Amino acid sequence: MIKRLFCSGLAALGMVAVASAADTPASLMAHYAQAAGVPLASLSAARGAALYRAEHPGRNAQTVSCASCHTADPKQPGRSRVGKRIEPLAPAANPGRFTDAAKVEKWFRRNCGDVLQRECSAREKGDFIAWLSQVQ
Amino acid sequence: MNYLLRGIGVLAAVGTISLLAFSLPSGEAHGDGGGDTLPRLTHKAWQQECASCHIAYAPAFLPKASWRRVMGGLGQHFGEDASLDPATQADILRFLEINAADAGTSRIGRKVMQRMDAQDAPLRITESRWFVRKHDEVPRAAWSRKSVGSAANCAACHRQAEQGVFDDDSVRIPK
Repeated sequence: MIKRLFCSGLAALGMVAVASAADTPASLMAHYAQAAGVPLASLSAARGAALYRAEHPGRNAQTVSCASCHTADPKQPGRSRVGKRIEPLAPAANPGRFTDAAKVEKWFRRNCGDVLQRECSAREKGDFIAWLSQVQ
Repeated sequence: MNYLLRGIGVLAAVGTISLLAFSLPSGEAHGDGGGDTLPRLTHKAWQQECASCHIAYAPAFLPKASWRRVMGGLGQHFGEDASLDPATQADILRFLEINAADAGTSRIGRKVMQRMDAQDAPLRITESRWFVRKHDEVPRAAWSRKSVGSAANCAACHRQAEQGVFDDDSVRIPK
């Protein structure tokens, strides 16, 4: 019985791995470089870091940046505005990051709007992942 | 076997009755600890999407009309963009409506509705008279502590909120 449970558990894990193996930080960078019409090698981790740290006018006369919720160190867990833990953004600390294109697009759409008051360009998204995926 | 089950049943009944008896003298409004465990609900999109930024608030905390307002305004969700694709949004709203305070499916929902006018549709759980009454013993300053963050952070004090447990015994207000 235990063995059977163990086996079905392993099978389930395998299915999860297959389902999420569709996207990787590298494949997403390639996708965004292509969408931006630039070579993959032209994506810039330095620009990605600058985008992450740039302060923008926020609510209540305070400034807001990606780091406001995700903290200055993306290997650390962050905190949402209502205090819930946000798992680290950097794949080095959280291997599940940037492995689901739909999820990545959802959060760029929401958070670029909230923080930058505009959409992010494909190149900015590529830069952003380029930086986070090389954070060690 | 049957006797064993019956024995467990009797023990459970005695336990429940004595718990109720001990909690009654503290006043009905606050003393209903033991009944403040929410129905265990599972819904993939609700848990995945709503619990990204805050705990997945139980549908029984607000009436259907409130949930329609909340889910119809996700692009401006308390100052943040929480928009979803239309299919996920409709799926979650259906689930919230089926289990809402006025759906008649939970004890907590009935308590929430007892203190709400039929035409009320608050956007915030914290605006309901039921919530305010339930928390009238919490010192004002506690809400703005850094460890709490805001009244939206149920789990700051209700340590088992994510499991749907809200009884008084599981409350620890952080310093």
